[in-house]
Amino acid sequence: MSENVYIIGAGIHPFGRTDSRSGREQGVYAVREALTDAGLEWPDIECAYGGSAAAGNADIMVNELGLTSLPFTNVANGCATGGSALAASQQAIASGMYDLALAVGFDKHPRGAFNAKPSDYGLPEWYGQTGMMLTTQFFALKIQRYMQLHGISRTTLGRVAEKAFRNGTITPHAWRRSPVDLDTIMNAPMINDPLTKYMFCSPAEGAVALILASEKKMKELGADGVKIRAVAVKTRPPNSFEVFQAGISIEEGGKPTVLASKAAFEKAGIGPEDISVAQLQDTESGAEIMHMAENGFCKDGEQEEWLANGWTEIGGGKLPVNTDGGCLACGEPIGASGLRQVYENVTQLRGRAGERQVPGTPRFGYSHVYGAPGLSGVAILERE
Amino acid sequence: MGEKIDPNLWSDGAQPQLMGGRLPSGQIVFPMPSGDAAEGVEPYKLARRGKLWSWTSQGFLPKEPYEGPGSGPGEGPPDFQPFLLGYVELPGEVIVESRIVDCRLEDLHLGMELEFCIVPFNARYDTFAFRPVAQAESQAA
Repeated sequence: MSENVYIIGAGIHPFGRTDSRSGREQGVYAVREALTDAGLEWPDIECAYGGSAAAGNADIMVNELGLTSLPFTNVANGCATGGSALAASQQAIASGMYDLALAVGFDKHPRGAFNAKPSDYGLPEWYGQTGMMLTTQFFALKIQRYMQLHGISRTTLGRVAEKAFRNGTITPHAWRRSPVDLDTIMNAPMINDPLTKYMFCSPAEGAVALILASEKKMKELGADGVKIRAVAVKTRPPNSFEVFQAGISIEEGGKPTVLASKAAFEKAGIGPEDISVAQLQDTESGAEIMHMAENGFCKDGEQEEWLANGWTEIGGGKLPVNTDGGCLACGEPIGASGLRQVYENVTQLRGRAGERQVPGTPRFGYSHVYGAPGLSGVAILERE
Repeated sequence: MGEKIDPNLWSDGAQPQLMGGRLPSGQIVFPMPSGDAAEGVEPYKLARRGKLWSWTSQGFLPKEPYEGPGSGPGEGPPDFQPFLLGYVELPGEVIVESRIVDCRLEDLHLGMELEFCIVPFNARYDTFAFRPVAQAESQAA
């Protein structure tokens, strides 16, 4: 038997560019926001998990937060850093060992596309030297084939970006706060065909902190908690097609997102039709489209109709997707990005999302992060 | 002809072939693994002909470790030469990522016939690429 786990505090440092603060300082800011939200003080926290991809170790934050001697584990798991920190803190409480845990992620990246070293990914040097080791190329290559096979149009790619920027205008923590119209998106400089400049997210800065509690502790505190129904993190299965692959198998393999999604739905005992709001990895427009199907919300090719009819808009009638503008409007500070999705779902399920609040009384929130070298994390939250 | 960008990337001779590996399971992989991962993997010469599996364009100057035009000292984005790349399915073997040359973006389509070739990369090195098979030759093949 494992204990029920709740998120009782959520804090965010606005995403984008904050020249005056280091990545870790933004992390400290988010932790303080989360503590205030939960009505707690730093010494109350019993254990912590966190990290960044490019802004240093998380455990140094105790210098600012207080030397309380708590165990603080650094997480360095690429794009899944936030998801892994959440999974670890959830397990710490579910095991019955702790009653209050912190999951934190922050980052601060230089401008422009991410650069990666071939040797870090077990690849030969020529792969980087010849200009093939770019995440943006992978996303373009994946959506290009998907569009050909499943009849997705370029306009649909544009609509995903248009929605993201529109949602960004009503999201205080978003980076891009101005709308961008479809024509501008479609006619912008091509980065990697079929994806234009406005269809890609940019590396950015930001931080998110979540405080997790046991059911007993939540009740004792009288806190406003959202239940974690399921967390699943999966790495790639054989023969899958992932970022940074010089060769792929001719046998079509599985997908880490499909595995993580199925595992999370199974643990939660619910299905895609039960979800009220979803945050899906939208590194670029095509990713959101493919991830709608990989996470089970529609069939391959149906996205064309979904986007044309606005079914993923807030109040769009089916499933609001990326209600805070996602990575496209918030940017992607790698260590914080997965936790931002969970922060957004906590805010929506508590009914505190203001102008971007999804209508009705959302019960289940779904978040999905994907990253190199082929791993996915899914979290399903419930408002009881 | 420049130097090979990696001495083991393709075979020498008049009809060079990209070097993959055959795993003990029989599966063909690309590139040929190195170090401990190469144990039990037999070097395998890949087919020179394949079909286009997916494609894109590279429209901006990549950061390091890119060493092509635009990356040198005193060079920058204006010196960059955009290029095409894609995945090429070598029937029964493996799908390889490659530059695509001698064609325009709008000519590319799923399943189009491509053949292996060696192209100049920078002042020092050559690299590999795939190019469309000429129409007449394609029908004859």
